[in-house]
Amino acid sequence: MVISCNLGIVFIYFLQSKPITPTSAPDEGDIFSEEGSYIRSDVHHATNGLHSDEELDLFTGISLHRCTMTRNDIMVKCYLSHQHTSVQSLEATVELTLTNTTSQGRREIIGPTASACNTTHVPNSILKPSIVTKTMEELEEEESGDQFELNIAVTNPEKIGDGMNAYMSYKVSTQTTLPMFLNKTFSVRRRFSDFLGLYEKISAKHSLLGCIIPPPPQKSVVGMTKVKVGKEDSSSAEFVEKRRAALERYLQRVVAHPSLLQDPDVREFLERDELPRAVNTQALSGPGLLKMINRASDAVNKMTIKMNESDNWFESKLQEVENEEQLLRRLHAAVDSLVNHRKELCINTAVFSKIVAMLGSVEENSALSRALSQLAEVEDKMEQLHQQQAFSDFFILAELLADYVRLLGAVRCCFEQRMKVWQRLQEAQSTLQKKREAEAKLLWANKPEKLQQAKDDINEWESKVSQYERDFERVTCTVRKEVLRFEKEKARDFKQHIVKYLESLLHTQHRLVKCWEAFLPEAKAIA
Amino acid sequence: KIYEPEVHSDRRKWRMRSVSVDLNNDASLVIDIPDALCERDKVKFTVHTKTTLSSFQKPEFSVPRQHEDFIWLHDTIVETEEYAGFIIPPAPPKPDFEGPREKMHKLGEGESSMTKEEYAKMKQELEAEYLAVFKKTVQVHEVFLQRLSSHPMFRKDRNFQIFLEYDQDLSVRRKNAKEMFGGFFKNMVKSADEVLISGVKEVDEFFEQEKNFLLDYSIKIKDATAKAEKMTRSHKNVADDYNHISGALNNTAADNNTAFKNMCVLQKVEDRMASDQELKLTELLRYYTRDIQAAKDLLYRRARALADYENSNKALDKARLKGKDVAQAEENQKQCLQKFDKLSESGKKELTSFKARRVVAFRKNLIEMTELEIKHAKNSVSLLQGSIEILKSN
Repeated sequence: MVISCNLGIVFIYFLQSKPITPTSAPDEGDIFSEEGSYIRSDVHHATNGLHSDEELDLFTGISLHRCTMTRNDIMVKCYLSHQHTSVQSLEATVELTLTNTTSQGRREIIGPTASACNTTHVPNSILKPSIVTKTMEELEEEESGDQFELNIAVTNPEKIGDGMNAYMSYKVSTQTTLPMFLNKTFSVRRRFSDFLGLYEKISAKHSLLGCIIPPPPQKSVVGMTKVKVGKEDSSSAEFVEKRRAALERYLQRVVAHPSLLQDPDVREFLERDELPRAVNTQALSGPGLLKMINRASDAVNKMTIKMNESDNWFESKLQEVENEEQLLRRLHAAVDSLVNHRKELCINTAVFSKIVAMLGSVEENSALSRALSQLAEVEDKMEQLHQQQAFSDFFILAELLADYVRLLGAVRCCFEQRMKVWQRLQEAQSTLQKKREAEAKLLWANKPEKLQQAKDDINEWESKVSQYERDFERVTCTVRKEVLRFEKEKARDFKQHIVKYLESLLHTQHRLVKCWEAFLPEAKAIA
Repeated sequence: KIYEPEVHSDRRKWRMRSVSVDLNNDASLVIDIPDALCERDKVKFTVHTKTTLSSFQKPEFSVPRQHEDFIWLHDTIVETEEYAGFIIPPAPPKPDFEGPREKMHKLGEGESSMTKEEYAKMKQELEAEYLAVFKKTVQVHEVFLQRLSSHPMFRKDRNFQIFLEYDQDLSVRRKNAKEMFGGFFKNMVKSADEVLISGVKEVDEFFEQEKNFLLDYSIKIKDATAKAEKMTRSHKNVADDYNHISGALNNTAADNNTAFKNMCVLQKVEDRMASDQELKLTELLRYYTRDIQAAKDLLYRRARALADYENSNKALDKARLKGKDVAQAEENQKQCLQKFDKLSESGKKELTSFKARRVVAFRKNLIEMTELEIKHAKNSVSLLQGSIEILKSN
């Protein structure tokens, strides 16, 4: 049975609390009933040559992979995805991701697996697929470094159209060695609402699981209107550059998230030539989004039922997150002030440079006159340095802080998500309790015809409760993992940016030394 | 409760060098201000004199003086007819604590919204600014006195001696003087100089050139001073922002923030650079704006003497025509000419030495400023390199 090309993506995600007994190749009717549906396909081989023949055997006749794992040791996610191509052939890529929650960090292996899945039994110890492209150590190194198998750039903003219906189109270029993509390098054009649309899609899917979804850049009516109207001044150029950089950072954060990278919507966003227009993005941008987040957190705070935490981790971590958010807000305000003052300094230095030049031209002593005009040039160079430094102040520091204020908001959302799941569990448990009481009453009242219904109800709610329990455990696990991953990434991000910022300051100071050293002989030459 | 700093200085802490050339070359009369006390924006200077001149009662002595005393001294010299041919050293400007006062206000208002560290940092900032204003005003008062003491005529001035020696409060004397002169001369000079100077027909090439130069230059240097002030104020704001950033960071345990704390050090360097620029360049410009004005005043007085002389000529002609009071008119004319010649002669000397003095002062200050800027930038470079290395190795 060939799957039609319009199929979406299916991913199967399971956290096993009991071992799965290995079976032979599953029958058609075999479904992982607990986890949702799966799609089966016979796959024709991919034509891009990236996959070896061994892999192709993977898919003939077998649609799913099963793995054994022991409780608490390994959590395995398997993804089965279909890529839409213009040609009839379908390509299936399988990635096996390993996460070892008991060790310090996450280890990831990205790459197609083959022989591991040909047999349906996988040893309890770490899965070592044979065609894995790297060893774990190499990957860890890579992960800790800046190297990523996927590089994204957002460039070439172009204004399309005129007047109030105009919009900016950005080129999104991807460069990757990941096999799940059709090509190694490719680019598409996207507009701002496309990015918001992407956020909506992935948020809808992943936030329920407790993932931290990077928030998109904020909408700005003022900024955009200026661009639309066609004001060709530096402030609209600055706005476009600010937005371009923000979009780039947004995408980079999205693909840095291992689950999101696997999401077919993300892949579609990066690869597909034409995207359907995203609608209803009003609610998602800037202030709208922030309001949503804040409302959610208010709601949680007002929750009267206190969660019964087995360990303090979640409570104290949430507090930490809230404190950090406040801190970053204050920092951002201070850096903002720095940016503005430096811009002012720029202007004032330029003005000063001109007047010094004029003073020099009036000066009757020729050596002093020459020195003064040299001084004017030095001040002019300093103005340029200040300009560059202001740029660095903003793009390296201020934007980083602004991004993280919003990211911390997203982290809070993920805690709230967990609370919601817990609440649902509580409600189900109380409903179950009520059903049991109802059954007891019926037993006592001796009404056998209604008893069956009551028993059915109880069964239904029992299974709901156990599902919600599992959901809660899963979300708890995810949130914990996500927070740790986030913290690690944040520390790395900050360190990177601080180093970059200090390097920019260093560069400025170097240039300053040169400027003044060049001037000194002129000053000494005054007689 | 409003926070009010009390700043006290002593000789060791801040020996400032003047924007003008070293004026204490002559050991026969050495003046300095080793000490000053600032209380509620009123500054009390201790004027210390060491002299070998017999006209003074003691070889070494000190007196307390206020800003108003300096102004009185300046005014009496300006109003002294004999000194009309000299450039009178410009009066020191009033101590201006407006900047720090504003900051103090902001500090008081914002206290509730700041963390303890931020508050402490702002207080530190405020104290530093107070100290900077304080240093500047002491320096400028000192230079004024030193210019008087290094001038052959002014150092012999009776009122100058009184200023240096009189160990009682000068305020009584000041009041009498004011009533006597009424600030007549001063007001006249201020209102009419531009018109008169440019209107007078000049026969002397030297003075013609000087006039044109001074008029143009004074406008430009005044403008340059204002713009330099604006620039250094912006620079200080940038330094302050680094202070706030490091202040906001202090109360956190996060690792990466410790790296940011280097901003603290950076801020101090930035601050010092801004103050040095301020002291050297801006002060230089500010001082010479006033000095140029003093030179213009000299031109004005000479121009008025010339006008008087021309008028006396006309009067003589009229008298000759009428045949009445000729001798008187002749005498008047002779005196006017004498006065004019005297003014021209000393004026030429003064303006020539003023030129030289200005060039030397610019040279000195530009070199010192440049050397300081280089020093601070190199310092910054090594600090930054160190921080980057530490961060990268972690």
